[in-house]
Order: sequence, then structure tokens, then C-alpha cells
Amino acid sequence: MPADPVPLLDVRDLCVSVPANGSMIRLVENVSFCVNEAEIVGLVGESGSGKSVTAMALMGLIDSPGVQVSGSARFRGQELVGMAPRALRNLRGGDIAMIFQDPMTAFTPVYTIGWQIDEQIRAHERLSRRAARARTVQLLAEMGVPDPARTAQRYPHQLSGGLRQRAMIAMALSCNPTLLIADEPTTALDVTVQAQILDLLRGLRHSHGSSVLLITHDMGVVAQTCSRTLVLYSGRMAESGPTATLFARPAHPYTAALLDSIPPLYGTRPHRLPAIAGVPPTPQERPAGCAFGPRCAYVHATCLPAPPPLASIGAGQQAACVLPTEGKPLPPRATAQAMQP
Amino acid sequence: MTHPTPVLELRDVRKTYRLPHGQRLRAVDGISLRVMPGEMLGLVGESGCGKSTLGRCMLRLDDVSSGQVLFEGRDITTLSERKLRPLRPGMQMVFQNSTAALNPRRSIGDLLAEPLRVHPGPDGRRRAAATITARLHELMALVGLPASALARYPHAFSGGQRQRINIARALALSPRLVVADEPVSALDVSVQAQIVNLFAELRERLGLTYVFVAHDLAVVRQISTRVAVMYLGAIVECGGTDDVLHAPAHPYTAALIAAVPRPMVGAPPAMLLRGDVPSPVNRPAGCRFHTRCPQAQARCSAEEPQLRAIRPNHEVACHYPPGEENPPA
Ligand SMILES: Nc1ncnc2c1ncn2[C@@H]1O[C@H](COP(=O)(O)OP(=O)(O)O)[C@@H](O)[C@H]1O
Ligand code: SF4
Ligand SMILES: [Mg+2]
Repeated sequence: MPADPVPLLDVRDLCVSVPANGSMIRLVENVSFCVNEAEIVGLVGESGSGKSVTAMALMGLIDSPGVQVSGSARFRGQELVGMAPRALRNLRGGDIAMIFQDPMTAFTPVYTIGWQIDEQIRAHERLSRRAARARTVQLLAEMGVPDPARTAQRYPHQLSGGLRQRAMIAMALSCNPTLLIADEPTTALDVTVQAQILDLLRGLRHSHGSSVLLITHDMGVVAQTCSRTLVLYSGRMAESGPTATLFARPAHPYTAALLDSIPPLYGTRPHRLPAIAGVPPTPQERPAGCAFGPRCAYVHATCLPAPPPLASIGAGQQAACVLPTEGKPLPPRATAQAMQP
Repeated sequence: MTHPTPVLELRDVRKTYRLPHGQRLRAVDGISLRVMPGEMLGLVGESGCGKSTLGRCMLRLDDVSSGQVLFEGRDITTLSERKLRPLRPGMQMVFQNSTAALNPRRSIGDLLAEPLRVHPGPDGRRRAAATITARLHELMALVGLPASALARYPHAFSGGQRQRINIARALALSPRLVVADEPVSALDVSVQAQIVNLFAELRERLGLTYVFVAHDLAVVRQISTRVAVMYLGAIVECGGTDDVLHAPAHPYTAALIAAVPRPMVGAPPAMLLRGDVPSPVNRPAGCRFHTRCPQAQARCSAEEPQLRAIRPNHEVACHYPPGEENPPA
């Protein structure tokens, strides 16, 4: 049997805490996952579930006073947690790049996008202005930007949302990162443009050999893009596994309920959607046992004393729920969405 | 056979904004439609296509540039605000941003009581305090919030609860028509389903007529009996929900549906449209979709297709809808 490949990024028991009212609050608790070479991994969850905090912690970008990050995150064997800020800065924009929901956060309004991408390239490589611009124009073209030489001469606000997003991805790719962390990169875009950007992200594995950690709240985006998926709930892992397995046989009641609450585009239209009652708890008001307990249809006594540990379900799937260990796994999804009308 | 009066009728409605340098932005570019009692019309399209402007024109929250708006058969296009006022209770709006719509310094009870204090009751007289209090309790029960919520302030509520409060406020005066502009798009999926269900429940209990402005086609399907698809200020396709979503006749509708990332692994890959939506300031001549259309032909850039019925209750504005062997000359 071949040995498992060494993952590009290997995150174990990542915790992020911030001080509030005299005590430390865990925004992210024991998150573990890995990203392999040329793989797209999805990090899904509702707002406030800790997706962005996880990503920012990996990049050393949480600067709130008193923040504590513990656990381990190895990128090509190098430990990122506790790495000197300078070394981290070199890694960012080099081997690891990040893109955001709002491209305006990546660009300064007062310079043309071409100038900004040139500068990014020149910060990491000795290149003449002219050579850098040639690379910029080529990158923009690869990202599907029409008329890239002219587009490079425009200011961020002169571009449409879709073009700005492409320009930001071009800038992120300018230093040939092996890992791209994309935080809700298509959330602000229309579906037809979103489909183009997702297609672009899927292509990066082949065109640039890059891996992507894709952060999203949209189960549809995950299904169409990611080979493996991690579901976060209230700062903790609810479930992780191969995307196809997760969608066909979710092992955590939260994953199952979340999938069921999405209205179907085809097939029978339910009279009422199977909604999940209530709202996710904030980190401050997270209950003692399973964080999903108060909203879970299967909650029982063993769920309440302590957060259920991650149990291995098989074939790379794990769920933080007591049901599988008690021999009462969830049934496969009955309401899987019909493919076609 | 007598036809019931539409709750809302638009006749060739246009809304044009004048920009600097003499440019004109045609946000709504000649829209006609009827919404019948009890109907739930979903208005879909990408950002900037004019959905929200049209929604505001429907309720005369915006004045139209030309055309007519009829509410329950009455032309309200040019009514003065004073004449419009007695009609306002019958038509209400729910907005996307539940936070911005609620003044943070006023209690929920106070916010909900305001329309009841401002507008006279059905008997034409001011409502008594006790009547208002009773109505507030009714409204809370209607939207699934405890009466204790009335004494609290907006910040104490989650996004989904605030949207319930907004809905309660829109319902305070017992409207017959509710226009909801992206009422669930800012909510998390698990909460979105609750609010979608609430809209369905309210319609059954109160006999409301809805216009839903939304970009999420799956949500629209769950909530609408009829769908109108907008592109650059015009309706390009309109018909029964599943007729439009499952047998789209306009290539734009087909592309929009194909682009929805389905929550299932192994769904066929999206058919990709080229480019972004053009600017409504320079909308393409001929068919407004021809610059992105995968099946455009010479005629499409020259001649604007009109909305026409291809089946009963299914209209499309395309020269070459699928399944039509001999397109009209
Ligand atoms: N700097 C911070 N200080 C305190 N709390 C924070 C900070 N940043 C985020 N949070 C809280 O951490 C939780 C997770 O946030 P986030 O990672 O942004 O979630 P997501 O990206 O999944 O929407 C939220 O409750 C949020 O309010
Ligand atoms: S541990 Fe209990 S409460 Fe939590 S998801 Fe599993 S069954 Fe539900
Ligand atoms: Mg986030």
C-alpha cells in the first residue's frame, strides 16, 4: 500500500481564543484538517461559525489584542503557529496567498490594478517594470480578463465586480502560490459570474498546480468545487470527509439538517421546508455539551455533559456526534435532490 | 365569465435616471405585468437588472418616468402623497436588510405601533391604545415571536428574528399586497428556511398576494406560483414557476438556472455565460441579451424581440426560443 502523501497543509487542534469580560473565549476550538497538493478543500459553516477566524489564524492575520492561537498548522512541514511575523509575511504573497469576498480590500483605490499587481510581483522577484507588466498582463489574460493590457491600466472602481474578483485572483497568483485561501470569493457575485469564478478556481489545480482552501457558507458551491469538506458549527468541527460521502450520507445531524433545509430546484416542492429551529449559538453562549444540542432532533442525555469527540465513520469521514458511536448512525439522506425535472 | 381585478397591474412602466453628462440609465425599461389575488410572483435576475427599482415603483415608493401603476384597479401613477395615504395600508414592503430597517433606539413595540398610530383604523378613527396593544400581541403571534419581544430593542435579536419583526411591521395594517425585496438573502441557510416557511404560512392564513424579489432560484421556486425573469430592466420570460424553471424558453433563463450551484455532487457542470451584465446606461441594441447569448444570430443584434406567449401562461422575449421550428419572420 502506498504511504499517504504528506499533506501540503496539516492543521491539528487549532484553537483561537480572545479575551472578553475577564475570561478567554474560544472562537475556534480543536479544528483539524489537511489540504493535499492540487486539492480543493471546502470549509463550510454559517456566519459566525469560525471560518474566517480559522483562515486568518493560519495566516497570522488576527491582530486583536490578547488573542491566543494554539495547536499546530504545518505548511510543507513548517510550523505556522508561532512563526515570526516576518517569516509569515514572506510566506503570504509567496507560497500562500489569500483572496476575500470584497476585492476592494486587496486593492488600493488610488493605483491602477496593473501597477498593484506589478508591485506585488516585484516585491518577491527581481524583475524590471516592463517584465513585471508583461507577467501581469499574462496573468490577467489567464484569468479570463478581456483586453488585459487595457484593463491593467484601470483603477479598481472602474471594473465590474466579476472583473475585480478576477484581478484579485491574478494578483494572488502572481507569486505562484502553492496554497490559495479563498474566503467567500463568490458570495458578492451574481450566479452567472460565480459560475465563471468557480470554474477558474477548479482550473487552478491544473494550470498552476495550486491547492485551494475554499471558505463558503454555500453547500452548493462546496458540492460543485471541493473534493473534501469540513463543516464548522459554532467554532467546532461538526463533520468532515469526502464531499460526495458527506452529501450522500451525512453523519452529523447538523450537516443532514442543513442539507435538508435547502429548497430543491427540481423534484417535489415540499409544502414546508424542513427548517432547523433557532439560531447557532455565539461563542459566548455555546452550551456545555454538543453545541448543536439545543437545535438537534436527536439530542439525548449522552449529548449533554461534554462536546462529543470526533468519531471516525470510515473512508475519511469523521463526525462530532455521539450517534455513530452508540450504534445509531443517521440513515442515508432520503430527500436527496433530484438531478433533473 | 368575469375576471377578477388584478391586485397590481403595471402598464409599460419605465423608470429612467438622468446621470451627469446627459446620460440616461434605464433601470426599468417598459414592463407590463399583472398580479392576481393570492398569486405569489417571484421576480428574479442578477444585481442591477432593476428588480428593486421595479419593486419600489409598484408601491409608488418611487415615481415612474412613464407608464401606469394600478393598485386594485385604481390608477395610482400620479396620485399625490395625500391621496395615496389611505391606500398605503393595503400595500406594504419588506426589505432585505433587517437591521437598517429598524431604528435601534426604539423598542419593538414602539416600532410596530407607529403605523397603527399614524394610520386611522378601519372605521376611519384613531385607534385606541388598547386596540393597538391587542394588535401588537396578535402580530407577534403571527410571526412566531413571544409577546415579551415587544419590550426589547432591535439589537437583542438575531437576523432571522429581526426579519420576523420587519414582517410584523409590514403586516400591522393588514395589507393585501406585500412586496418583499430579497427578504431572506442576508440570512443563513438554516434560518432562511424558517422565514421562507413563515411567508408561506402567512399567505395561507391572511390570503396575501406577494411579489418576491430574489436572486436565489431555489428560494423563488419554493415561494412563488409564477416567475418573471428580468434582464437589463425588462422582463425576458414570465410564466408558471416550474414551466419557467424546468422548461426555460429564454437562453438567459436557461443560463441562470444552469449557473445555480446545486447542493449535490455530480450535477452537470454549468453552461458558462461570457462576461458580465452590460451597463444599463449603454444597453445593447436589438435583443438586450445578445452580447452574452450562446445562440445569438444576426437578427438578434438588429431587432428587439417582444414578449410573446409561446404557450398559455408562458411568455418569452426571444426570436429563437427552443422547440420552435419556424420562428416568426
Ligand atoms: N477579533 C475578534 N474578537 C472577538 N470576536 C471575534 C473576533 N473576530 C471574530 N469574532 C467572533 O468569532 C466568531 C467566528 O467568526 P468568523 O470566523 O468571522 O465566522 P465566519 O467566518 O464563519 O462567519 C464570531 O462569533 C465572531 O463574532
Ligand atoms: S451529539 Fe447529540 S445533540 Fe449533538 S448532534 Fe449528535 S445527537 Fe445531536
Ligand atoms: Mg467570514
